[in-house]
Amino acid sequence: MTRASLALVVLGPFALLGLATVLTWVERRLLGLWQDRHGPNRVGPGGLFQPVADGTKILFKQDWIPPFADRSVFILAPVIGMMTVLLSFGVIPLTDTLWIAGNLNVGLLFILGMMGLGVYAVVLAGWASNSKYALLGGMRAAAQMISYEVFMGLSLLGVVMLAGSFNLRTIVSAQAGLWFIVPQGLGFCVFLLAGLAETHRLPFDLPEGENELGAGFHTEYSGMKFGMFFIAEYAGIVLISALIATLYLGGWRGPWLAPALWFALKTGVVVVFFILLRAALPRLRYDQLMALGWKVLLPLSLLNVMATATVLMLRATP
Amino acid sequence: MLDTLRTVFLTFLHSFHRRATVQYPEQQPYLPPRYRGRIILSRDPDGAERCVACNLCAVACPVDCISLQKTEADGRWYPQYFRINFSRCIFCGFCEEACPTYAIQLTPDFEMSEYARPNLVYEKEDLLISGVGKYPDYSFYHVTGIPIPGKDRGASERERPPVDLHSLLP
Amino acid sequence: MHAPIPHALGLLCAATTLVGAMMVITRKVVVHAVLYLVVTLLALAVVLALLGAPFAAALEVIIYAGAIMVLFVFVVMMLNLGQADSARESEWMRPRAWLGPALLAALLCAELLYALPSLLAPLPPPFAGPATETPLPPAPPLFRLGVHDVGLSLFGPYVLMVELVSFLLLAGLVSAFHIGRRRAEER
Repeated sequence: MTRASLALVVLGPFALLGLATVLTWVERRLLGLWQDRHGPNRVGPGGLFQPVADGTKILFKQDWIPPFADRSVFILAPVIGMMTVLLSFGVIPLTDTLWIAGNLNVGLLFILGMMGLGVYAVVLAGWASNSKYALLGGMRAAAQMISYEVFMGLSLLGVVMLAGSFNLRTIVSAQAGLWFIVPQGLGFCVFLLAGLAETHRLPFDLPEGENELGAGFHTEYSGMKFGMFFIAEYAGIVLISALIATLYLGGWRGPWLAPALWFALKTGVVVVFFILLRAALPRLRYDQLMALGWKVLLPLSLLNVMATATVLMLRATP
Repeated sequence: MLDTLRTVFLTFLHSFHRRATVQYPEQQPYLPPRYRGRIILSRDPDGAERCVACNLCAVACPVDCISLQKTEADGRWYPQYFRINFSRCIFCGFCEEACPTYAIQLTPDFEMSEYARPNLVYEKEDLLISGVGKYPDYSFYHVTGIPIPGKDRGASERERPPVDLHSLLP
Repeated sequence: MHAPIPHALGLLCAATTLVGAMMVITRKVVVHAVLYLVVTLLALAVVLALLGAPFAAALEVIIYAGAIMVLFVFVVMMLNLGQADSARESEWMRPRAWLGPALLAALLCAELLYALPSLLAPLPPPFAGPATETPLPPAPPLFRLGVHDVGLSLFGPYVLMVELVSFLLLAGLVSAFHIGRRRAEER
């Protein structure tokens, strides 16, 4: 482990939390831009200190645990949500040499596993809140996230087959000639949608569904516990974007600029695209979501796997 | 599918649109002169109060936020007190329409926030301005037939001297 | 695994597994039991990873902890178990009910403990663990079972089993679809 990656272990979580906090401001400004308004622009230059103000407010709020809630699980849920997201970042290589565990030989599986565990945050929050909206949100989240995990894994298989490894660093190295978004366009689309559903972002934010569930699984949460859910959601967006950059957009590879800069740039573009989707698309109905998943995305991802395998076979046997 | 992409693209195009928001405190929006904002009591060109305490505004007010009491001095009627509760006022402008003397007027000003609710009850001193408002030349006592000190019966504008009933001349 | 730290880690995880498993069967609230089961599975995954099977560990986390246990939680949430259910359950847990199984389990455990030393001692060279006297410097200390090996063995010697399992899963899928469709028609 190099000194840089050691520093990453120590400072990474803080940097990520800071990034996720700033992302709340970025998202609000961008939503404002696309809705022909300004967004928060009062606190600090261009509103840059808005997240600080929000964070201060949320830290000083009463940390209320409802008397009807299951206390221990209620506290555990946001912790799980935060931890799984932060742990997933460990295996993402920022550059060829700068990573914590970027060389893990089952890196991609590790991320999938952490996302699978991330479901618990939402489900347990819904259950422990012991209120009907939260429970409904939790049940939706469970069904949605488990379903979309399937397509996410399947869509990634194409990349894994092309690179011949679950190791994220090897996957990036395999994209030296061509970014995987070109041969794996279909897989990319499926992964993008599955990623949206996994982070329960609009248009797939059914577990939250403000106007029908009153914020869904975190209805009963307040103060910093809500803040953790909030930050975890934004960190999740960064995670999915970083994954897309790593798996499909060639990771740190790029001419002229420094590798880390390329990686940040690609991740940033995907993040902005996620926010654009939020600005543009309305929320799906629940049955539409499930139908889209099982009737469109599953066959598509299977098709993608089969096509990739066929091409690889043909190429291997001349 | 194409529709969805089109939606996303059109939304993206909005980044090049002009923003509709008016940055309010720095950038004041244009308010027309007849905007219905804060209510004032105007004076006639001579500087005397126009309000004659006829109570028509209080009657017209749909939320009953105007309260006044008549008093008299030198043949002129005045409001002894004139009170508008702006926490109730809906700025409908009915009082302005009802006023026979153009005394009560609505102005293009809406910045009247207060931290304490009682501060929104404006008394006569708060309401009276030293100008004529939207009607610069109008003075009620100059067009009405009521005599006041300095203006006898028949001395108003477009008013003939009163007919002397005791003479039989035309 | 010669280094003391992984060894201690392995022991810690094993202990966590045991404690978690104990907690699973003693919890009154079902969701808590399920959560302890998740902890057990995660600890087991770490043990697997330390033993040199990272792929198995990842699958353990993804499939067992990440998918199946979530379904458990899902079902528990749907069932809405309350005070009455836990009272009824404690009714079942009389000594008369669990004494017989506990005796049998203790017997099994004793057998296992008896058999364990003989299982551990003679290992063939590729599986040589800390027990071997002469470590082999060029080879890794433990055989690492990677994704590649698992795939090769699945589609090599065990291809028949894989096909049979896939038949079973397909049958399950078709029957689930059938049940779901019947319901829709009745409505």
